[in-house]
Amino acid sequence: MADIKLPANKVQELREVCAKFNHDKGELINVLHAAQGIFGYLPAEVQEIVAEELNVSVAHVYGVVTFYSFFTMLPKGKHPISICMGTACYVRGAEKVLDEFKRHLNIKVGETTPDGDFSISCLRCVGACGLAPVVTVGEKVYGRVAPEDVKGILAEYR
Amino acid sequence: MAKDKKQIRIALRNCGFINPENIDEYIARDGYQALGKALEMTPEEVIDEIKKSGLRGRGGGGFPTGLKWELTRKVEAEQKYVVCNADEGDPGAFMDRSILEGDPHTVLEAMAINGYCTGASKGLIYIRAEYPLAIERLKIAIGQAREYGLLGDKIFGKDFSFDIELRYGAGAFVCGEETALIHSMEGLRGEPTVKPPFPSESGYKGAPTNVNNVETYANIPVILLKGSGWFASIGTEKSKGTKVFALAGKVNNVGLIEVPMGTTLREVIFDIGGGIKSGKKFKAVQTGGPSGGCLTEKHLDIPIDYDNLIASGSMMGSGGMIVMDEDDCMVSVAKFYLDFTVEESCGKCAPCRLGNKRLYEILDTITQGKGTEDDLFKLRNLGNVIKDTSLCGLGQTSPNPVLSTMENFYDEYLAHVKDHKCPAGQCKALMSYIINPDACVGCTLCARVCPVDAISGEKKMPHVIDQSICIKCGACFEKCKFGAIFIE
Repeated sequence: MADIKLPANKVQELREVCAKFNHDKGELINVLHAAQGIFGYLPAEVQEIVAEELNVSVAHVYGVVTFYSFFTMLPKGKHPISICMGTACYVRGAEKVLDEFKRHLNIKVGETTPDGDFSISCLRCVGACGLAPVVTVGEKVYGRVAPEDVKGILAEYR
Repeated sequence: MAKDKKQIRIALRNCGFINPENIDEYIARDGYQALGKALEMTPEEVIDEIKKSGLRGRGGGGFPTGLKWELTRKVEAEQKYVVCNADEGDPGAFMDRSILEGDPHTVLEAMAINGYCTGASKGLIYIRAEYPLAIERLKIAIGQAREYGLLGDKIFGKDFSFDIELRYGAGAFVCGEETALIHSMEGLRGEPTVKPPFPSESGYKGAPTNVNNVETYANIPVILLKGSGWFASIGTEKSKGTKVFALAGKVNNVGLIEVPMGTTLREVIFDIGGGIKSGKKFKAVQTGGPSGGCLTEKHLDIPIDYDNLIASGSMMGSGGMIVMDEDDCMVSVAKFYLDFTVEESCGKCAPCRLGNKRLYEILDTITQGKGTEDDLFKLRNLGNVIKDTSLCGLGQTSPNPVLSTMENFYDEYLAHVKDHKCPAGQCKALMSYIINPDACVGCTLCARVCPVDAISGEKKMPHVIDQSICIKCGACFEKCKFGAIFIE
């Protein structure tokens, strides 16, 4: 993969975050949360900066990034779609809803559409089991989603 | 209302009744009085009160809370920590989120009491990054408590200092396990380690650490204010007080409920939950999340408590309760949970990392209609090995959904491997949608809703489904007004 050129102002911001946490390696997860907030994802180049700032190996940072599902090394779409795959949503047909999203966008879970507009991911329970099945697009939560609703939801963002 | 009569709100006492962003409203409902009272007592007296109340850990394990506090207290160390486990990763359980969002001060107050008893001056709340509102409310609550002198130096003018910080999770189910949680707070991969040493001896940064769950904390202030005798009068012999359950799945009333220990599943599902949706037949209830098991009709009348649930092949867990009806295939449900475990296994020990993957593959083969009776033997055997040999609670309980469904629904497994049929009609590979030409009036509705154009036919003539194109989504089946489509 070709090296990604990171914007200098964002790199600066990240270095400031590390300084705020006193370059403490015990704060690695908090730093990564902040880094993902700045860049939207955690490519190798970002991990290298974090490793350097906290004085740990890049392998250590990579190990932590890949361990936790909240961190992603791939950029998400402009409108990230998350389908809840918690038990309550599953029992109420979340899988069929997921299939519809995959079919409409022609991408798999974890992928982004070629135009960069949508990405699909699954998440484990947003704690809104009363509204099962639940789908979130960006910050917006959709409850009691039926496969027929998928087209309409996507249309809102097109 | 029958729905409310059976419920007693202790942990959820303030949720929905106060503005969680205003400390005065919490104080107006006796908030921080228990902390004041505790500081007038010796730590030993407070621990004794918690022990007498019979409170057990609400995160799932059911370890006696007072005893845990006493163990941490007895270890000599300069610095100790008190931790709140708010990494509610159990899919289908959301009581911790509700408490943190609806009554954050109760957790802060109880943690301060815990700090006083164990000798810790620092509290940490490990919370999921997926709960942004709860994080926001906790930040506000901590700020207000500091302003009022309820956190910080010399609380209530006594020689007791205590402060709380937040630590964020990043989406790993295994971090609910206390040793994994502690590693995660240290900025490491959330992998569990062998106990002993227990966190009470060597936890966060090697210091004695007391970890309790959100709901456990929410009970503490009430116990101190109303007395251990009052608390112990509620519940069963070995499980005292109440438990919050997250009722979800195919019941009419979904949501959080809080009932005394000893309430039966029937009361929960039928009286409070209002029975099964759309008048369908009750089939099973899954308790304890991915670590728990499926209970059936024959378990409906047992009083729910820690020990009875374990004796029935399930567990309390954090209190998720997913109700299933006759349309749910138990092999698929077991596969669903294994899929979760495989993904969430941290990979440190082989039985969990490899064993669960194999369990999942066998279940997948069965739902594809390619399983044999020998596979059922393998499932049971491997399941027991994983239980016996895994390192932490995740692996030791992960085969439970398989073993409990095999125990209670063996016929269904047999139907899949012997007759290659899925009695619930859920396993797509084992079924096909077929149009009965005698009942079809040729309204064309099914052809129009079919997402892959697998249905053809002239207007007012019987239609046909091309099985080679059909993706078995069931859209035609749901839409047909004439009941002409059936599953075979």
